[in-house]
Amino acid sequence: MTAEQPTTGTVQTGDLQQGPHDTDTYLLIEEEEERVYVATPLQMMWWRFLKHKMAIIGAIVVILLYVVAIFAEVLAPYNPETYEVALTYAPPQPIHFFHNGEFQGTPFVYGLTQARNPDTLRMEFKIDESVRYPLRFWVEGDPYKLWGFWPNSRHLFGIGDPIFDASAAVTTDTPSFSVIFLLGADKLGRDMFTRIVYGSRVSLSIGLIGVALSFIFGVVLGGISGFYGGVIDVLIQRAIEFIRSVPSIPLWMALSASLPQDWSSIRVYFGITIILSLIGWTFLARAVRGRFLSMREEEFILAARFAGAGEMRIILRHMVPSFFSHLIASATLAVPSMILSETSLSFLGLGLRPPAISWGVLLQESQNLRSVALAPWLLLPGVFVIITVLALNFFGDGLRDAADPYH
Amino acid sequence: MSSFIFRRLILMVPTLFMISLISFVIIELPPGDYMTSYIANRMAMGDDVRQDEIDALVKQYGLDQPAPVRYTKWLGNVLQGNFGFSFEWQLPVSDLIWDRLGLTVVVAFAALMFSWVIGLVVGVLSAVYQYSIGDYFFTALSFIGLGTPNFMLALIMMWIALAYFGVNISGLFSQEFIDAPWSFAKFGDMLKHLWAPAIIVGTAGSAGLVRTMRANLLDELSKPYVETGRAKGLNELKLVLKYPTRVALNPFVSTMGWALPQLVSGSIIVSVVLSLPTTGPLLLRALLTQDMYLASSFLLMLSTLTIVGTLISDIMLALLDPRIRMGG
Repeated sequence: MTAEQPTTGTVQTGDLQQGPHDTDTYLLIEEEEERVYVATPLQMMWWRFLKHKMAIIGAIVVILLYVVAIFAEVLAPYNPETYEVALTYAPPQPIHFFHNGEFQGTPFVYGLTQARNPDTLRMEFKIDESVRYPLRFWVEGDPYKLWGFWPNSRHLFGIGDPIFDASAAVTTDTPSFSVIFLLGADKLGRDMFTRIVYGSRVSLSIGLIGVALSFIFGVVLGGISGFYGGVIDVLIQRAIEFIRSVPSIPLWMALSASLPQDWSSIRVYFGITIILSLIGWTFLARAVRGRFLSMREEEFILAARFAGAGEMRIILRHMVPSFFSHLIASATLAVPSMILSETSLSFLGLGLRPPAISWGVLLQESQNLRSVALAPWLLLPGVFVIITVLALNFFGDGLRDAADPYH
Repeated sequence: MSSFIFRRLILMVPTLFMISLISFVIIELPPGDYMTSYIANRMAMGDDVRQDEIDALVKQYGLDQPAPVRYTKWLGNVLQGNFGFSFEWQLPVSDLIWDRLGLTVVVAFAALMFSWVIGLVVGVLSAVYQYSIGDYFFTALSFIGLGTPNFMLALIMMWIALAYFGVNISGLFSQEFIDAPWSFAKFGDMLKHLWAPAIIVGTAGSAGLVRTMRANLLDELSKPYVETGRAKGLNELKLVLKYPTRVALNPFVSTMGWALPQLVSGSIIVSVVLSLPTTGPLLLRALLTQDMYLASSFLLMLSTLTIVGTLISDIMLALLDPRIRMGG
C-alpha cells in the first residue's frame, strides 16, 4: 500500500529483510524469520500494526476519547446544565504550578473576577492572582447518575478551598468566582469543558452506531450482490450508483429536515443515525462485493468446493474470515465521515437540537461571528472534532495496512 | 466517441427521473405542509387565521390534491422549464434558483481550480523534496486539512479575518453590488470576494490531491527512465516536469468526477456560514419552512449538476484513455 509514514525515513514493507546483512546478525535474522513462519495471522497483523507509529498514536487517542465519552459524568467537573449568568463567556482558566515563581506542589487555578474596562466601560473578566484554588481529585460536586443508574456526586477533579495571598492583591469590583473552567464558558455561563465531554457521547457514538448499521446493510447487500451475481447484482449495483449520484449533503439536509419537529432527542438521534447509514452502506457494499467477486476465483475456495463444503460453510468459514480484517479497516475509516456529517447537520440546526448536547450542537453557538470574536473558545468543540477525525483516520490507515500482513 | 456520449446521455434519463421522484417524496415526507407551518407562524404572531382563508389558500396552491397528482403536474411543468411557485417568497421558483445555481457553480469551480493548483504545486514539491522540512510541514497540513470540516474552516477563517485583520470575509459581493444588475464592475467585485470561499471549499480536496500527487510522483520518480534521463544530463526541472509529472497527472482528471459533486455539496454548508448568495442558505430555509417546490427544485437541480459533472469528467477521461471509450 502507500507507504506514507511522515515520521520515519524507512519504507515499511513489513518483512524482516531490512535488518543489517552482515554475518554477525545472520543468526538473529534467521531466528526472526522462524518466528514469522510460525506466527498466526492475528500476530502478524499485530506486528504490522505496531510498525505504524501514527496508527498507534491514533489508537491511543481514540481509546482515550471513548473512555472520556463513557465516563463523561465522572470526568466532567460540573453538570452540563449548571449555569451562572454572571459567568457568561468567562475565559479559560489555565492551570498553574508556580505562584510568584515558587513551585506550589499541587497545580492550581487563579480566581476569576470582573473589572470594568476604563476605556470601553465594559465589564471584563480578569485573573485574580490573590486567590488560588488548588486542583483536587475526587471532589464532591454536582450530583449525577452514572449511566443513568448509580447516583454519585464525586467528580474526577475539582477545586479545593481557596488560598488567599494578600501580597498579590489587585483591585477588583467583584469577589472572585470559585470555579474551574478549563475551556471557558458559553453564553449561559456553562462550563465548556463539561459540555464538550458530554457532547463526545453523542458525537462519538453516532459514528459507531451509524457505521454498525451501514456495516449490516453493506455486508448483507454487498454479499448477496457479489455472491449471486446476475439480475440481483445489477439491481443492487444500479441502486448504489443512484444513491451515490445524488449529492450527499443536500440529501442529508432534506432527510433530516423531514424528521418531525416534535420528536424527542433520542428519536432524532436514531433518525439521524439511520439517515447517515442510508448513504454510508453503499461504500461498504462495494468493498464487500469486490472481495466476494475476486475471492470466488481463488484456489482455496475451489479446493473447499471440491472437498464438498456447502455454500454456507464456504462463505462463513473461508470467505468471510479472509476479508473480515479489510472490512474492519474500511469500517473504521467510515466512522470519521459519519462524525463529520452529524456535526455538520447539527451545526445547521437540522440534526440534534438543544437540550441535546453534541459537538455540532455546541458549535451552533459559534455561528454568530460576534460571539466568536468575543469568545474564541466557542470553536473548541470543532478542535475536538478535528482531533477525533485525524486520530480515527490514522488508526484506520494502520488497520488497513495491517489487514494484509502477507503483502 | 459520439456513441459513447449518446449512451451516457440515454442512461441519464432514468436516473434523473428517479431523482425527481425522490426529491419530491423527501419533501412530502414530513407531516403537514407549507400551510401548516404558515398557519402556525401566523398564530404565533397573534394573528387570527380564518378557516375560509385557509381553504382558499390551500385551493390556490393545489395542496388539496393527492400527492401523485401534484407530482405529475410538477414534473410536467419542470419539463417545460416551470419549476412551480415558492410559497415563502411569493415568486416563481425559476426566478430564485438560476442565479444561485450559477453562483454555486462559480464557487465550486473556483474551489476546484484552487485545489488543482495547490495539489499540483505542493504535490510535486513534496515528492521531489521528499522528507524535507517542507514535505513534513505540508504532509501534516494536508492531514489537518482532510480532518477539518469545511464549515469549521470557514468559521476559523472568518474569526481570524475579523479579529486580527478587521475584515469581514462573508458574502460574495460588496454592499453596493448586492442588488445591482450584472456588470463588469460587479463581476470584478465578485472575483475579489471569491478567494475565501474557494480556499475554504477547496482545502479538503487539495489535501487529498496533494497526497495522491505525491504518492504517484514518488512511484514514477523511482522508475528507471527517470534515472536514464538524469544520467543523460537532462535538466532536473525539465526532467521532472516533462515526464513523471505528466504520468502522475492522470488521477487529477479521473478524480474530477467525484470532486465536483463533493465541491458542490461542500459549498452548501460553507455558504450558509459565509452567507453567500448561493444555493446553501436558500435551500436550508426552504427545507425548514417546507417551501416544497423550491426545495424539490433545488434538490433536483443540484443532483442534475452532479450528474452532468460526472458525465463531463467521464467524457474527458474517455478522450484521454481509449480503453474506457471502447469498453464502455
